[in-house]
Amino acid sequence: MELLISLIIGALTVSGVFLTLRGRIFPVVLGLMFLSYAVNIFLFSMGRLVPGLPAIIDDTQAGYADPLPQALVLTAIVISFGMSAFLIALALKLYSYMGNDHVDGEQLPSDEQLSVLTRYKKKKGRNKS
Amino acid sequence: MDIMLFSLPIVVLLPFFGAIVVALASIANRIYAAWSAIGITVLSIACLSPLAARVFDGETIIQSWAWIERAGLFFAFRLDGLSMFFALLILGIGFLVILYGRYYLSSKDHMGRFFAYILMFMGSMLGVVLSENVILLVIFWELTSLTSFLLISFWQHKNEAREGARMSLGVTAAGGLALLGGVLILGHIVGSYELSEILKSGDIVREHPLYLTTLILILIGAFAKSAQFPFHFWLPHAMAAPTPVSAYLHSATMVKAGIFLLARLFPVLSGTQEWLWIVGGIGMTTLLIGAYTAMFKTDLKGLLAYSTVSHLGLITALLGFGSKLAVVAALFHIMNHAAFKAALFMIAGAVDHETGTRDTRKLGGLIKYMPITAILAFITSAAMAGVPMLNGFLSKEMFLTESLAVSEGLLWASIVPILATIGSILAVAYSIKFVKEVFLGEASKDIPKIPHETPYGMLVPIGIFATICIAVGLFPAFMVGDLLGIVVASSLQATLPKYELALWHGVNLPLMMSMTALIVGAVVYASRTRLYRLHQRYIESINAKQYYDMLIDELFALSIYISRKFDKGSLQHASVWVIVSSIALGTIGFCMIEAPLIGDRSMLDLDLVTLLMGVGLIFVSLIMIVIHRQRIVSLVVVGFVGLAISLGFVKFSAPDLALTQLSVEIVTIILLLLALYFIPKNTPIEHNKKRIYRDIFISLLSGAGITAFTMAILTRDFSSISNFFLEQSVPGGGGTNVVNVILVDFRGFDTLGEISVLAIAGLGIFAMLKGMRLPEYTKNCSGLSWSDDPHPMIMSTLSRVLFPLMLMFAVFIFMRGHNLPGGGFIAGLIASIAITVQYLANGISWTQARLKANMHMMIGFGLLIATLAGIGSMFVGYPFLTSTVGHFDLPIVGNIHVASAIAFDLGVFLVVVGVTLMILVGIGKLGAVAESKSLDNKEIEEGA
Repeated sequence: MELLISLIIGALTVSGVFLTLRGRIFPVVLGLMFLSYAVNIFLFSMGRLVPGLPAIIDDTQAGYADPLPQALVLTAIVISFGMSAFLIALALKLYSYMGNDHVDGEQLPSDEQLSVLTRYKKKKGRNKS
Repeated sequence: MDIMLFSLPIVVLLPFFGAIVVALASIANRIYAAWSAIGITVLSIACLSPLAARVFDGETIIQSWAWIERAGLFFAFRLDGLSMFFALLILGIGFLVILYGRYYLSSKDHMGRFFAYILMFMGSMLGVVLSENVILLVIFWELTSLTSFLLISFWQHKNEAREGARMSLGVTAAGGLALLGGVLILGHIVGSYELSEILKSGDIVREHPLYLTTLILILIGAFAKSAQFPFHFWLPHAMAAPTPVSAYLHSATMVKAGIFLLARLFPVLSGTQEWLWIVGGIGMTTLLIGAYTAMFKTDLKGLLAYSTVSHLGLITALLGFGSKLAVVAALFHIMNHAAFKAALFMIAGAVDHETGTRDTRKLGGLIKYMPITAILAFITSAAMAGVPMLNGFLSKEMFLTESLAVSEGLLWASIVPILATIGSILAVAYSIKFVKEVFLGEASKDIPKIPHETPYGMLVPIGIFATICIAVGLFPAFMVGDLLGIVVASSLQATLPKYELALWHGVNLPLMMSMTALIVGAVVYASRTRLYRLHQRYIESINAKQYYDMLIDELFALSIYISRKFDKGSLQHASVWVIVSSIALGTIGFCMIEAPLIGDRSMLDLDLVTLLMGVGLIFVSLIMIVIHRQRIVSLVVVGFVGLAISLGFVKFSAPDLALTQLSVEIVTIILLLLALYFIPKNTPIEHNKKRIYRDIFISLLSGAGITAFTMAILTRDFSSISNFFLEQSVPGGGGTNVVNVILVDFRGFDTLGEISVLAIAGLGIFAMLKGMRLPEYTKNCSGLSWSDDPHPMIMSTLSRVLFPLMLMFAVFIFMRGHNLPGGGFIAGLIASIAITVQYLANGISWTQARLKANMHMMIGFGLLIATLAGIGSMFVGYPFLTSTVGHFDLPIVGNIHVASAIAFDLGVFLVVVGVTLMILVGIGKLGAVAESKSLDNKEIEEGA
C-alpha cells in the first residue's frame, strides 16, 4: 500500500513537473494543480496511512488518524484553488493583451510579421557594418 | 505606575508619534504643523529634564525591556552625560531649526511633510544617542539614514536633490551595514550587546584577535556618517536639501553621530596604535581636504559643507590622538561647532531667502540691506575662524595644544602641529571669504531680488546661537564647565583629567600658532586669485563624486550581468533552474544519509479496489504528458484525478479532506471550463523535440526522487504532536471533529491568515479582470457552431427547485462541522456551488437580478467577523481566538453544541463564498456584454 501511494505521488509529480515546464499558461496551470495534488497527498501521508480511524473523538474507537496534517492539507487545498484561479485570470489578462497565452508574455509574431522582422534586422545589420 | 521608569523610550518615541500629529495638523492649517512640531519638541525636552539632575550627580540611568532576548536585542535606553549632552543638542537645535524653518519655507512647500520628516529624524537621532543596546543603536542609526534621505530629497522636483539624497543614502547605509557587522562582532567578543557591559570590557576587546576587524568595520560606519575621508563627498551633495535641514542634519546632529559613536566606544576601542593611526590619520586628512576645498567654493552652502567636513575631521583627529585631554577638546569642539555652524547655515539660508542666490560671485555688500544678519555673520564666522573671545577659539587652542602633545618626543610627528596650523590658516581664509564676499565690498547688481533684513523669526535662532558663541567664548567655565565635566566623564568612563577652561592661558606655543593662523590666513585670502588659478589648473578636476558614480555604475553593470546569466526573461528557463537545482539538492541529501531507503515499519496490505484506483490514477497522470495539448480532454483527466484523490482521503480516514477536495474540484473544473471558453482549446505543437525529451527526463527524475523520499518516510515510525490536539479537542475546543477544531481554534490564527490570502487572491483577480472584455468564439474546436439555445429548460427548472435544498445542505454541513466532518470551508464551497449552478442554468443576468449580495461586502464582513471573533476572546481575558463552549436545544435539530469558534467559522464561510463567486462570476462575465444585450433586446420586444 505504501509503495502504491508513493508511486501515485511520483506519477503526479512527473506530469506536474512536465506540464509546468511547458510554454503555455494553460498546461502550466494544470501542471501546478498536479503538483499541488502531489504535495497535498505527500503532506497528508506525513501522518502515515491509517484506514478507518477518522479523527473524530469517539471512545469506542481504537485510535485516530493524525489530524494535524489533515488540517494543514485542508487549507492547502483551498489556497491552491485560489492560486489556480489567480493564474487563470492572469492567463486571460495576458490573452487579452497579447492574443496568445505564452508564459513569457511575448508578442508571438505571425509569419508575415516575422518576414518583415527579419528583413528589418538584416537592414539594420547592414547599416551598422 | 511611575512615569519616570519609562521616560527615556517616551523621549525617543514621542517625535515619531509627533510626526503623525504634525502631518494631520497640516491638513487644517500649514502653520499649525510648525507650532505642533515645536510643541512636540518642548514636550520631549520636558520628559528629559527631570532626569538631568540625576545625571549631573554622576548617575547613569538605564531603562530596559526585553525585545528579542535570544538575539541579544533589548529595547534598552541609557542616559548618562554623553547621551544627555547629545540629546539636548538634538532637541535644542531641533527647536531652533523648526522655528527657523517655519519662516524659511515658502508657501509652495508642504510644511506638514517637512516637519513630520524633521520629527522622525529627531526621534531616530535621539534613539541613536540614547540606546543602551548596540543593536538597537544600529536600528536607529539606519533610521537616521532613511529619514535624512527623505529630508534631502524634500524638493523632489529638483534633480540634484534626488541625486544627493540617493548618494547620501548609499554611502551612509553602506556604512551602517559595516557598523552592524562591527557591532555584532563586538557583542560576540564581549558576550553582551549592552553598552554597560561593553564599556567595561575594553581590555578584552583590545586583546581579542578580531579587534582590528571590529575596529575597521565600526570606523567605516562612523566615518561614512560623519563624512570623513574618503566618504566625505556625500555631504556637499546633500546640500541640495532645504537650509534648515542642512543646519540641523549636516552640521549639528546627524554628521555628529559617527563622532558620537567614536566618543561612546572610546574606552573600548581606543588606546592602541591602530586607533591612533587610523582615526588620527583619517581625521587630519579630512581636516586638510575639507578646509582646502572650502576655500574655493563659490556656493555658500558648499563652502559651509566643506568647512563642516573639515571641522568633523578636526574632532575625529582629536579623538584619534587618544589622550584624555584630547577627548575633552573633542567634546568641547562638538558643542562649539554645533553652535556656530548651525548659525552660519541659517545665515546662508537667510541670504538665499532674501536675495535668491547663494553664489559668492554674485553677492556682495549685503551689510547695507541686512545689517543685523551681517553682524551675526561676523560673530559666528569669527568663531569658526578661531578668533579670541569666541567659543571656537577655545577649542581650537585645545586642539593645537593636543597636536603638540601627540608629537612630543617623536621627530616625524612634529608634522602634526604643522598640519594643524595649516588647517587653521585655511579655516581663517574661508571664514574671511564668507563674510567678505557676501556682506562687505560693493553691492552687486546681479542679485535676483532686492534684499531686506531677515524676518525676525529667522533672526531669533541665529541670534541665540551667536549669543552662545560669545558667552561660551568669554566665560567658558561658567557656561559649560559642569556639562563638559559629566560629558567627558561618561565618554571616558573614568575620572576626569585635570584641565582648565579659560580664555587666557598665558603666552604659549598654541597661542602663537593661533595668531600665526589668523595673520597668515588673512594673507592667504588676500592672495587668493593666484591660488584660484593654481587650483583650477591642477586640482579642480579631481572629484570624488566621479569615482563614486563610476563605482555605482560598475556595480549596476555587474548585477545586471549576473542576473542576465540566470534570468533570461523566460519562465520556462527559470522553472528549469528551480527544478533542476532542487533535484540536485535532493540527490545530495540522499547521498549523505547512510540508512537504508526502506524503514522497518510494517506496511499495510493492499486491497484490490485501492490497487485498481491507484493504478488508474498513475496511468491517467502519466498519460497527461501525451494528451496535454487537447485542453478539454486534459480537464477530464484532472477531474478524474481529483475525484480519485478524494476517494483516497475517504479510505485513509480524512472525511473532511474528501469533502473539501470534492467541492474544490467541482469549482476548479467549472473555472477552467469557463476560461477555456475564451482561450484556444488546443495547445500548439512544440517543434523542439529535444526540449520535450529533456523535460520528460527532468520530470521522471523528480518523480523518482519524490517516490523514494515518500517511501522512506512512510516506512518509518514517527512521533506526532497531535496527541495534544486529540486530548484537548473536547475539553479545550468543545468539538469532537479534531480537524475542524484545529482549524478554527488551536490554529485559528493560521486559518485567519489563509482566508486573508484567499480574499487577497479574489480581489486581485477582480482587479485584473475589471473592465476586460474578451472576444467570444462562435464555433467549437471541431468547427461546429455553439448551440444558441439559451438555457435548457429542464436544467433551469430543476436547479431552481434544488437551490434551497443545496443551501440547506450547506447550512447542515456548516452547523455540524465542529463535531462531525464539515465546517466553514466545505460549507462555503457547497454554497458557492449552489449559487454557481444558478448562474450556469439561468444565466448571469437572471441570477444577478435576484442575488443582490455584494461579494466585496461579503468578503469584508467575513474577515471582519473572523477577526472580531478572535478579538472577542481577548476582551474576556483570553488570548486571541480562544473558544468558549455552550449548549443549545433547537427543535428538530436537537442539542447543538455551539462554540464561539462557530462565529470564526462563519467568517471563513463568508470569505470562501465571496471569493469563489467573485472569481467565477468575474470570469464568466468577460463575455457577458453580448448576452445582456440580447436579453435587453428580448425585453424590448416583449414590452412592445
